[in-house]
Amino acid sequence: MSPLVTLSFTLNGRRRRVRVPPMKRLLDVLREDCGLTGTKEGCGEGECGACTVLLNGLAVNSCLVPAAQAEGARVVTVEGLARGRGLTVLQRAFVEGGGTQCGLCTPGILVTAQALLARTKGRVPGEDEVRWALAGNLCRCTGYQKIVDSVRAAARARNGRKDSARAGAGVRADAPKKRRSSTGAARTRAKAGAR
Amino acid sequence: MRAALSTLEVARPRDVRHALALLHESVAGERLVPLAGGTDLYVSLNAGVVPGRRFLDLGGLSALRGVRDDRGALEIGALTTFAALREHPAVRRRAPALAAAAATIGAWQVQCRATLGGNIGNASPAGDSLPVLLAHEAIVRLLSVRGARDVAFRELFRGYKDLALEPDEIIGSITLPASGRGPAGARPFFRKVGTRRAQAIAKVSLAGLLRVGRDGRVDAVRVALGSVAPVPVRAARAERVLFGARPSAAVACAARAALLEDVSPIDDIRSDREYRERVAGNLLEQFLRSSDARFAR
Repeated sequence: MSPLVTLSFTLNGRRRRVRVPPMKRLLDVLREDCGLTGTKEGCGEGECGACTVLLNGLAVNSCLVPAAQAEGARVVTVEGLARGRGLTVLQRAFVEGGGTQCGLCTPGILVTAQALLARTKGRVPGEDEVRWALAGNLCRCTGYQKIVDSVRAAARARNGRKDSARAGAGVRADAPKKRRSSTGAARTRAKAGAR
Repeated sequence: MRAALSTLEVARPRDVRHALALLHESVAGERLVPLAGGTDLYVSLNAGVVPGRRFLDLGGLSALRGVRDDRGALEIGALTTFAALREHPAVRRRAPALAAAAATIGAWQVQCRATLGGNIGNASPAGDSLPVLLAHEAIVRLLSVRGARDVAFRELFRGYKDLALEPDEIIGSITLPASGRGPAGARPFFRKVGTRRAQAIAKVSLAGLLRVGRDGRVDAVRVALGSVAPVPVRAARAERVLFGARPSAAVACAARAALLEDVSPIDDIRSDREYRERVAGNLLEQFLRSSDARFAR
């Protein structure tokens, strides 16, 4: 065992190699060693969700993940949701729907919501389901309604389009595949088209 | 103050055998601290409490992950996460109370990391899965270089945050035996009361199962509670009142009175003794009524 270890993992689709103390928090590796400061620290104890990233497709609190456990993993941060300067359907929905206020919680919320969209492909998650998924992301501006509305608007919008702007970035290989009910899909398509 | 994480070391074993050997060797000197999902450990570290300087990363040991349905007995690898448990069809079918408890742990992000073995290993009397394991009469398999040994979950807790594990043992798996579900028709129950539905540490939690037999008397009953004693407890006195009784409001009331002798809650930052006693009684009544409506009459 040595105080520093070399880790390699995939960060936002690119191979990364860092030399860090093995128990350094993934949050700090991302911010300090990889220069990606989109991931925020809120509480530092897994309560607030500001530091949420996708680890092998699962939403996790990066303040509770030892760097050593990121070895060989796929990590996606808020910076990796969109390609280039474009916005994802989800990000656009937050901009258009006023889903963000001061913005500190927004990166974590976008990442958690992206994981929710990945597991609700082909349908629009209900309000309860969105609130459940985001229960670990605190917004102290307390504007939850517009956040929930923005996530559902994004689900409606992506169901209306064939290409879903990397909505699949966070899909787990072993995630249970949701069968799309053809009538449900037709309904959501019709709804999206009517907007 | 956050602990100086840069001085901490991690051993990354190749497989279970290697992990057990490393742990065994470490006992003579500075013992390795087993690390699974890290969701409890990092809360301590971030608060400046360091349980050790060297850690044994179990995270990569896929042999300790997953659920096996063996003719009705569920064998759950210690590294199985609560997100996996709450979605697993066999868990939902055979142990719905465990799936329900899994859904109350932290929030989604924590459930994706936190493990059943870690919930046991952390040994908090507030661990959300623990009353369910008691009610199911779970068996815990402990692993060491000497092999495996099975311990009844109810015998695992020696005292507050104190488990009957040898220093070189790890938790390998947890089995919910088919008999632990009680006779056919026994209704399972779980409810946790906390400050909010997500991200709360339990003030009181209760898991139970109950069946009323053909003769109209309770012929199977188990009641287990969390956060009301130094360890998760079975409510043996309340169970004695209920077993063999005909469901009625009077019996529910007597069981509630007996329950106060089973629990010994304390005042702490989350709640106080009086509130916990009252809520424990309320949960017992809710459990009884939801199992058989005659407990309300």
